[in-house]
Amino acid sequence: MMEFPQGLRLPMAEWVNTAMDWILLNWGPFFDIAGKGILQMLLLIERLFLWIPWPVIVLATGIVAWRVLGRWTSGVVMALLLLVIGSFGYWQLAMMTLALVVSAVVISLVIGIPTGILMARSDRLETLIRPLLDAMQTMPSFVYLIPALMLFGLGKVPAVFATIIYAMPPVIRLTNVGIRQVAPSVIEAATAFGSSPRQILFHVQLPLARPTILVGINQTTMMALSMVVVASMIGAKGLGLEVLLSINRIDIGRGFEAGLSIVILAIIIDRITHAFAVRRRTNS
Amino acid sequence: MVNTDATPATEDILTIESLWKVFGPDADDLLENQLRFADKEEILEKTGCVLALRDITLAVRRGEFFVIMGLSGSGKSTLIRCLLRLIEPTSGSIVINGEDICRYDQAKLMGLRRHTISMVFQHFGLFPHYTVLDNVTYGLKIRGASRQERHDRAMEAIALVGLKGWENHLPEALSGGMQQRVGLARALATDPQILLMDEPFSGLDPLIRRQMQDELVELQDKLNKTIIFVTHDLHEAFKLGGRIAIMRNGEVIQIGSPEDVITAPANDYVRDFMQDASPAKVLTAGWIMEEPELLLYEWQGLKTARHLLRATGEDYAFVVGKHHELLGIVTRELLDQGIRDGRQATVRDVAGLVRDLPRCGPDVVIEELFPLATAGPYPIPVLNENDRFLGQIRNRTILDSMIQERVEEEENQS
Repeated sequence: MMEFPQGLRLPMAEWVNTAMDWILLNWGPFFDIAGKGILQMLLLIERLFLWIPWPVIVLATGIVAWRVLGRWTSGVVMALLLLVIGSFGYWQLAMMTLALVVSAVVISLVIGIPTGILMARSDRLETLIRPLLDAMQTMPSFVYLIPALMLFGLGKVPAVFATIIYAMPPVIRLTNVGIRQVAPSVIEAATAFGSSPRQILFHVQLPLARPTILVGINQTTMMALSMVVVASMIGAKGLGLEVLLSINRIDIGRGFEAGLSIVILAIIIDRITHAFAVRRRTNS
Repeated sequence: MVNTDATPATEDILTIESLWKVFGPDADDLLENQLRFADKEEILEKTGCVLALRDITLAVRRGEFFVIMGLSGSGKSTLIRCLLRLIEPTSGSIVINGEDICRYDQAKLMGLRRHTISMVFQHFGLFPHYTVLDNVTYGLKIRGASRQERHDRAMEAIALVGLKGWENHLPEALSGGMQQRVGLARALATDPQILLMDEPFSGLDPLIRRQMQDELVELQDKLNKTIIFVTHDLHEAFKLGGRIAIMRNGEVIQIGSPEDVITAPANDYVRDFMQDASPAKVLTAGWIMEEPELLLYEWQGLKTARHLLRATGEDYAFVVGKHHELLGIVTRELLDQGIRDGRQATVRDVAGLVRDLPRCGPDVVIEELFPLATAGPYPIPVLNENDRFLGQIRNRTILDSMIQERVEEEENQS
């Protein structure tokens, strides 16, 4: 009984290959259009970030950090950190990375938040989606990077695609949890006053789930940032590519600078989005 | 069920006809079966279904204060939720203004909830992210009222429940009693014909509860709404109800005015209930306590205290600390002595007797207070579990309630 019987083999690999062939044959045009859409959006954001003069971005980051974190010292620190990236000579690459992250996060939210809402409304859907989310977070990214390459070709689009797959689960999960956490007594009261399901969603569930959803957005952003090195392997320019090149050349110093730049971006984004999430409800 | 009701019939605003509610997968099968008349326990054992309401039939008149009374598990909360179809009845009919709402589709049901009936909840059910004003306007916003109308009617309702000036606070900043006022204002703002109240005051402190009951009676007088009020508290039922429906195990066992229920109990259960409800056994310290005319605070000076004491004409006053905790009692003699001594600065220093004072919690029944009442000359302080001073009970009050009970017993015997 040491060896697993050969006859029990599940031909999963063949199925997946067949399915992939079928998709390539029949859905090619669809993926072409979707890919072009993603690319246009990404390029637009990238051009915008590169068009704005760097002092403006540094200053704006400082002011936003000061406002949401509540201390002017935080604003100064955040602005100084950005200057460090510039001093490494990575300003352009950092903006390209940022553009990639922003597009991936925007698409993740557009798909993720409605999915989380649907999931909160149906227990059956929740049990269906849960394992899917587990797979998205744990499946080694190269497993779906190659099919993504086959569908979208080399370059930025499969990079965004891979980033979305990896980064979307937290916002879905936390939207689901946030809505489910709303006290049943509050929902009952809203129902008793004649609210439609839609009104309950927009007037009660989403506002009350907001802090939790914002934590989800924060996590999704962090996950997206952590994918930039992998994304650079399939042709997305940016800080990730710099890390990759330095390592290949065994230039430890350059690699450290590029790596540190990614960390700095992560710290700035995390502090600011996290502050949004925990900020106390205002009397609006 | 016995209807011992003798008041002349006016127009019924709501009639319930053989209403059943069964929780469980085979609820419909059970209702086809003779088993439906069996014990709750037997039904649960044989079918796995929980019988919540059995064959409820009753009518509520326009403008009436109708109380549904029962212990926990009697089905009273299920019944009141069926009236809004927050819980779907299994069979039977609920006719409101001549229409059976059990046949309503979603759109008509929403209309009923928006315009005709509104509800006040035991745990308030306020929207924590909205201010008091936004909470109160919610029902109006949902039905699409204009901004101006929303604002005007909400402010009117807020004034009605005495919360003027609190419009822009969040519910979490309010005490329990005030939160329930918001709940009441929210329900009144839509100007419903019927107001459902599900144990609205049971989570509140005894004094606040009594005050809210008084105000509700006043409001009912002013607004002339039909109120259906659920409670497990017999005294609340007797105080508020024009008519009372007593429920037990999912059935209504008697409907009638408080007098009917007391003088002609429908069966042994109701009779036992009333017996248990003899004031001394049911009324708690929280119910009969009152606020003292004068409370002294520990930091007050002796002469101030003497002045205040003289002004109220009392011989003594309780002394409390910063957190309203009871420290002791001060008498005129103690004060005079202290002033003559000239050494003590505040009432704290002269307050005596604190350890010897009899005391009780708000949930102690009056019967247990009799021995305390005869023990000393001072009122009995009512304290919560943290020694906070809630109110006082005069010995006379306790003795009065005892005499009242005698009289009632004699009446029952004759």
